[in-house]
Amino acid sequence: MDKMTQLLKLLENTKSIEINDFRMDFDELELQLMPAVQQVVQQAVQTRKAASEVLPMEDFKPPIQEYPGKVAEVQLGKGSRKPVYLGGQQALYRFEEAQPNAPVVTFDVFDIPMPGLPRPIREHFSDVMDHPGEWAKKAVKEFGANMVTIHLIGTGPKVMDKTPREAANDIEEVLQAVDVPLVIGASGDPVKDPLVLEKAAEAAQGERCLLASANLDLDYQKVAQAAVNNDHAVLSWSITDVNMQKTLNRYLLKEGLTQNDIVMDPTTCALGYGIEFSIDIMTRTRLAALKGDKDLQMPMSSGTTNAWGSREAWMKKEEWGPTDYRGPIWEIFTGLTMMLNGVDIFMMLHPTSVKLLREIGETFVKDYMTTDLPDISDWITQLEG
Amino acid sequence: MKVTAMDIYKLLPKTNCGDCGEASCMAFATKLSEKETDLKLCTPLDPEGMEKLEKKLAPAVREVTIGKGDKQVIIGGDEVLYRYELTYYNPTALVIDVHDELEESELEERINIIENTEFERTGELLTLDAIAVRNKSGDSQKFIKTVSRLKNSIYPLILCTLDPDNMKAALEVVGDERPLIYAATENNLEEMGQLAQDYQCPVALFVPGDLEKMKQLSHSLRSQGIKDIVLDPGTFVGDGIGDTLDNFVMIRRLAVEEKDEDFRFPIMGIPALMRLGSKEDPVTKSIKEATVAATMLNKYADILVFNGTDIWELIPVLTLRQGLFTDPRKPQAVDAGLYEFGEVTEDSPVLLTTNFALTYYTVEGDLKSGKANTYLLVLDTEGRAVDVSLAGGQLNGKSVADLIKETDIENKVNHKKMVIPGLAAPVSGEIEDDSGWEVAVGPRDSSAVPDYLLEKL
Ligand code: SF4
Repeated sequence: MDKMTQLLKLLENTKSIEINDFRMDFDELELQLMPAVQQVVQQAVQTRKAASEVLPMEDFKPPIQEYPGKVAEVQLGKGSRKPVYLGGQQALYRFEEAQPNAPVVTFDVFDIPMPGLPRPIREHFSDVMDHPGEWAKKAVKEFGANMVTIHLIGTGPKVMDKTPREAANDIEEVLQAVDVPLVIGASGDPVKDPLVLEKAAEAAQGERCLLASANLDLDYQKVAQAAVNNDHAVLSWSITDVNMQKTLNRYLLKEGLTQNDIVMDPTTCALGYGIEFSIDIMTRTRLAALKGDKDLQMPMSSGTTNAWGSREAWMKKEEWGPTDYRGPIWEIFTGLTMMLNGVDIFMMLHPTSVKLLREIGETFVKDYMTTDLPDISDWITQLEG
Repeated sequence: MKVTAMDIYKLLPKTNCGDCGEASCMAFATKLSEKETDLKLCTPLDPEGMEKLEKKLAPAVREVTIGKGDKQVIIGGDEVLYRYELTYYNPTALVIDVHDELEESELEERINIIENTEFERTGELLTLDAIAVRNKSGDSQKFIKTVSRLKNSIYPLILCTLDPDNMKAALEVVGDERPLIYAATENNLEEMGQLAQDYQCPVALFVPGDLEKMKQLSHSLRSQGIKDIVLDPGTFVGDGIGDTLDNFVMIRRLAVEEKDEDFRFPIMGIPALMRLGSKEDPVTKSIKEATVAATMLNKYADILVFNGTDIWELIPVLTLRQGLFTDPRKPQAVDAGLYEFGEVTEDSPVLLTTNFALTYYTVEGDLKSGKANTYLLVLDTEGRAVDVSLAGGQLNGKSVADLIKETDIENKVNHKKMVIPGLAAPVSGEIEDDSGWEVAVGPRDSSAVPDYLLEKL
């Protein structure tokens, strides 16, 4: 057979021949065959169209996975506090399995007036910054905080060097002022923090606070003991390193804490300042938990406030627009990204960011396709602007 | 799931002829599996083997090109669900809309804003990628007029109308530039599919809130022989954002894990829909639109259409995209050592920072724009930022003392004074003890460094 006949035969017998392949053979054909070839191409196109029944199709099935592991549920708040629950997930997404607990936001409050806070935040709290109790009350009453984090920054030896006893007084003040659960943070001084947390834990005995934090650079045993003795949970903080997190968790478990007494902080790098590292760590940690790694099955926390350290959040710069909007949006992006990668509790500063994050978080505990969805089919003509 | 080098090797000629520029077929296979070379370089491979391998190497999500030549953007191409497993490919295209009922001056202003939106971060200029033209009027003449104006834009186009006649009219103007046809729906599937064929353009399939139907319609487009499809499963906001997210995740999972041919396409999100019927103030609308975009950027959107043009709304979006699409396999570090800025003399100050790329480029940018004359010591912290390396122990007295020795800085300046980042304050004493240098704690943010140097030194 000559080439043309071969080709025609080929086209007769196959429905799947690609026009591209066909062109590859084109060069080999004599030019005077062009009209005939065009005809064949036409036929090939027709054949392809007629082939619509031929592509096999399977039914749509939601891609639901089985997970052997489960995230532990941690209760915060007891005694005179309204409890809040973290974690408890048995699947990555709500379309696979209903999610038990919505993400929780805890508002940052400080034991000193904090002149260094960015203006968009000071603006909301300047009237209460002298009294941590009042500050906490405002966060709960006006801005709907689920929880409050009291940072005992004033205990820092280079800050005000408040004694652990004074710190305990501040805790009592906040406990009196609000009935939400507390996170108790220290000043970041590895020597003094365990002593401060110990006294604070005693002052809040039986209220089930989250002690922040235990890490490998300080006497984590003391922090763990303070939690065990006074019925609190511990924040286990590692620096963007899954193995470091595992090790620390194991140490804490040895101290008598259980999975239900630990929350992990794998470190939140802010948007634009390494957020992708945190994304990877959070993702790997949560996947490990669901795969059954007992050392990583605790809920996760994000120090979302880190976002305010980013210059895009606070630096005055005409061409970037007003800082009033940039700050909150930077905090939302940082928190939201962590939330989408598995984080359960967020430490935040700005009322707008908190509100928006919670709105999205609440939808996480609804079921798939149970919301009334608006008709968006005509958005092309209906959208203004 | 990613193909392994072994899977690829099995289909290569296994002669180790070296034509591809690699020492062996196995080396070539390894590079192919990492997408670091082009299959076509293996010249001895027969067409049949080529086809088999092409199929094997096709990414889980098809790459779709919108536009042509120097006016194009490629979307899709992803292989994995989580970036740490490999990397994400082709940054999400960011698009802003215009419509055909805008006054001429409004339209010009908007195009001007879109084309000039840019933001520089860590040495990279971040910009938008395309313009969506909406046939808001429903009128074909108005649509043609606006589309004709956009033909001169620097960006590729997305043509938005559900009316096949109006789409055809627009394609007659710009159809040779490969715009994205938005959209085929269950009501116009045949006609839009035909237009996509006739003009060789990619087509978006818009099926809000129904993945089962989306699969059927995608299947019929594919059966028409259409290859370049973009999927819009509907952007629902407010309480509906959870459903939007579920749909995006399901599509991507079906593509990556189940290789479901009907879903192996880029996904489109429309954060602009946040504004549909919204009664909120303009600032809240913009913040919420960005928030919707952040949600979809994180979970698999390959192209996003915005209505807002405020730079403060777009900066976080551009920044998040940059972060998500950096390649986790490449170390985020610069070379450690001694760097010079401006005119240095033996009186010049000496600064310290870490070799985390983001940190370094931020400091570099600030020193350059502040026209500082200074030495900068860059410490190897294994690519960690100041606060992180402080906590992780890479930034300490001894490591800084070693750096001083290695760089021989003591023979370049006539003093022993160093300025360290404000965040490194906790190790200032340690550095003094181990190096014998005098340490001053500088500003927390390097933008303040040039002024600091002028005032303090
Ligand atoms: S060109 Fe092909 S056959 Fe030759 S070494 Fe490379 S991969 Fe092997």
